[in-house]
Amino acid sequence: MSTDQKEFDVLVAGGGQAGIIAAIVAAEKGARTCVLEGAPRTHRGGNTRHTRNLRPMHVGPLSVLSGTYDEEEYWDDLMRVTKGKTNEHLARMTLRKSTEAVGWLEERGVQFQPPLGGTLHLGRTNAFFMGGGKQLLNALYRHAEKLGIEIHYDAMVEDIEFEDGHFKNVTISDGRIFAAKSFVAAAGGFEANIEWLKEGWGEIAENFLIRGTPYNKGGLLKLLLNNGAQKIGEPDQCHAVAIDGRAPKYDGGICTRVDCVSLGVVVNKNAERFYDEGEDFWPKRYAIWGRLVAGQPDQVAHVIIDDKAIGSFMPPVFPAETADTIPELARKIGLDPTVLETTINDYNAAVQPGEFDHTELDGVHTDGLEVNKTNWARTIDKAPFRAYCLRPGITFTYLGVEVTDQAQMKMADGRLAPNVFAAGEIMAGNVLGQGYLAGIGMTIGNIFGRIAGSEAADHALNR
Amino acid sequence: MRLTDKVEEAARVLTICNACRYCEGHCAVFQAMELRLEFNADNLDYMANLCHNCGACYHNCQYAPPHEFNLNVPAAMAELRQENYGIFAWPGFMGKLFANNGLWVSLLSILVIAGFFLMTSMKAGENFMLAHENGFYGVLSHNDLAAIFGLVGGFVALALLMSVIKFWKTMQLGNPLALDWGRVLQGVKDALTLKYLDGGNGQGCSYPNETPSMARRWFHQLTFWGFMLCFAATSVGTVMHYGFAMEAPYDFITLPKILGTLGGLGLLIGPAGLLGIKVGATADVKGKSNKGMDVTFLMLLFFTSLSGLVLMFVSKTVYVGPVLSLHLGIVMTLFLSMPYGKFVHGFYRLIALIAFAVEKQRHKPVVGTE
Ligand SMILES: Cc1cc2nc3c(=O)[nH]c(=O)nc-3n(C[C@H](O)[C@H](O)[C@H](O)COP(=O)(O)OP(=O)(O)OC[C@H]3O[C@@H](n4cnc5c(N)ncnc54)[C@H](O)[C@@H]3O)c2cc1C
Ligand code: SF4
Ligand code: SF4
Repeated sequence: MSTDQKEFDVLVAGGGQAGIIAAIVAAEKGARTCVLEGAPRTHRGGNTRHTRNLRPMHVGPLSVLSGTYDEEEYWDDLMRVTKGKTNEHLARMTLRKSTEAVGWLEERGVQFQPPLGGTLHLGRTNAFFMGGGKQLLNALYRHAEKLGIEIHYDAMVEDIEFEDGHFKNVTISDGRIFAAKSFVAAAGGFEANIEWLKEGWGEIAENFLIRGTPYNKGGLLKLLLNNGAQKIGEPDQCHAVAIDGRAPKYDGGICTRVDCVSLGVVVNKNAERFYDEGEDFWPKRYAIWGRLVAGQPDQVAHVIIDDKAIGSFMPPVFPAETADTIPELARKIGLDPTVLETTINDYNAAVQPGEFDHTELDGVHTDGLEVNKTNWARTIDKAPFRAYCLRPGITFTYLGVEVTDQAQMKMADGRLAPNVFAAGEIMAGNVLGQGYLAGIGMTIGNIFGRIAGSEAADHALNR
Repeated sequence: MRLTDKVEEAARVLTICNACRYCEGHCAVFQAMELRLEFNADNLDYMANLCHNCGACYHNCQYAPPHEFNLNVPAAMAELRQENYGIFAWPGFMGKLFANNGLWVSLLSILVIAGFFLMTSMKAGENFMLAHENGFYGVLSHNDLAAIFGLVGGFVALALLMSVIKFWKTMQLGNPLALDWGRVLQGVKDALTLKYLDGGNGQGCSYPNETPSMARRWFHQLTFWGFMLCFAATSVGTVMHYGFAMEAPYDFITLPKILGTLGGLGLLIGPAGLLGIKVGATADVKGKSNKGMDVTFLMLLFFTSLSGLVLMFVSKTVYVGPVLSLHLGIVMTLFLSMPYGKFVHGFYRLIALIAFAVEKQRHKPVVGTE
């Protein structure tokens, strides 16, 4: 085997944003660098391929971003979603360093989307990639190739060797061995590994849809944990949203979203409502609905809207089931027609008068129901009625390895792994213990990718 | 409204895009999609003609093959354009010529060139192989030339006009006089500057491959302005001839010659460059059925210019007759194929861009986050 062995300064496992950035930084520091990407070239870049934006802190306008989004506001947003489950030191460092992210990427050819004609609602907090994450990846891979970084596709890391706590080498799927002075683990989470998801969720994980890459099976994460890395996060903590039940099992990405929950009611397979659909704006709330649907029988739900809702939400990719009466709709989607009709009638009867306005928390609510709707509660009475089927869609997992502010991996015995660094989803749990903030995933990957690449190069080159 | 395979595929593709919207910054197609929202044949014809086949949204698409959604916007749009060029042709039955366009244009060129050889040599008799004081007018008189090309030109103009009217109506643009002319000018500007070959941020289009580049935009500009200069040269010549009784041949430093030579150079470099890029382009992006049409059109432009420039140099020599016949044959093929070949894309794209500029006022992007 050793005849096949290659030796580098820095070896990066995983070619998503975190990995490719780490490799670029290392190579720019002069390290001989290699990236092992488990997916074929067409699917390179894992979940990064499906992303839209990142969330940089900034005081005053920054590139495509308007206004100010300062540390305190950012921190408050993060505290609100994680409910304190974060490492404040790492999190604040991430926020502060996020200011440089846009410029760093732009210097390496990544294009951001300037606000279009109207007002880009999120133009203040989120910087959108022109064309999405794949454009970012294409630009970074081009840059990496120019720097002479060796990139291997279809190179799943399947084994790892340590000696006295020092990283030595990895073996990839075809048996080749790659050795290096330092190692960056950036191989994403384990969301595509249903068996592992079951450890946290039980059998119901069979019914989950995986929104991102089928290649993030957590193989490397498991290897690291088995070799004594300190675990962070819980196996059932993840970003899970409610998506169209007809989405592909893997890789359905963004377009399978169903954005009309707050405009209608959601019932489970027993045709009963189970949660306040109008609790808050959908972008702030959609990340809890995956978990909610997962808690329902058969992990399925149906959002039901009437004709008044048409035109006020992002069009879903699959057509709705449509019917002129509620019982007919129930039959079409396999629910009990009388129960659904009762549910809708009860709901309609409980709607209180008010001025409906979907652009604000309008307080138009229901009264006296077991589960009330607290905003945007309009009656559902204008045919045709439409239904979209919902299932939990897993975006990414939070369980990972614990790291220092130098992206260095911590071991369970309290020591530090001298030459192993981690970046991206594989360590996102350090910052994001639970909940989700739009754009934070890519921000974490960007910051820790840069730190890991830099530290790995310094270690390898004895700086 | 028509419901063909190509319409269905374009609708399928754009339904996915409409739920995704990641590419909205790349070009007008996606913003138009967000405005029209309904994917019937008319709207799709509009979006297809907005697409410049820059490739950006293919290379950046998270659903590009081998993903099971198998998404390829530029190919779907190119295929649909090929189909709707035929739909808008006048007279209608001539629309069939857009299928296998490359083949029939090639055949036509052989026929027409041979025809010109025959006609010119018969008409000129022994003058065909002699040198003449007044250049090629010694072979074929100005009036003969003007008659032949005037007649064909008139028909071509009529056919193009009819097609343009039909297209205009389909674009739902309404009475041209009632339009907001500021917006119309914006559309014209977007067309003339080839705005949507800039990738969205001025980085250039992802054609021939994933790396953004300005090459295609430059070569297209050379082609377009080359063509316009040649057109101007002919127009100026005609005015000088009939208006001021200044008869050709002109000296090298006269307006028609300068315009013609500059234009000719543009029409050599531009089409050659575009052909070169096309050959190297990633196969998937181009669409399957339109390759012949694009290639023959570029070849015609290139050889029109090449034969024209050669003619300029040999016009006082004994080769004038054959070279003239060749040049006229090529130009005539170009003329005849104008309403039934790639040439029409300029008009349709211009109109689509005007429609977009008018509608864009209303564009309010809805974005998703993650
Ligand atoms: C549909 C969707 C939309 C999203 N949108 C956004 C957004 O808009 N903004 C945002 O901030 N976040 C978003 N996210 C989250 C974001 O994708 C992640 O936070 C981010 O991409 C993580 O980057 P990464 O480099 O760590 O992982 P990835 O990009 O997933 O890269 C991991 C790489 O490792 C490879 N790999 C896996 N196992 C191995 C192995 N054993 N050996 C070698 N290679 C391996 C994979 O093939 C993959 O290329 C989204 C996620 C999804 C699914
Ligand atoms: S990423 Fe793909 S699906 Fe999304 S808008 Fe672009 S081309 Fe369409
Ligand atoms: S190929 Fe270019 S011009 Fe055509 S739709 Fe895609 S981005 Fe727009």
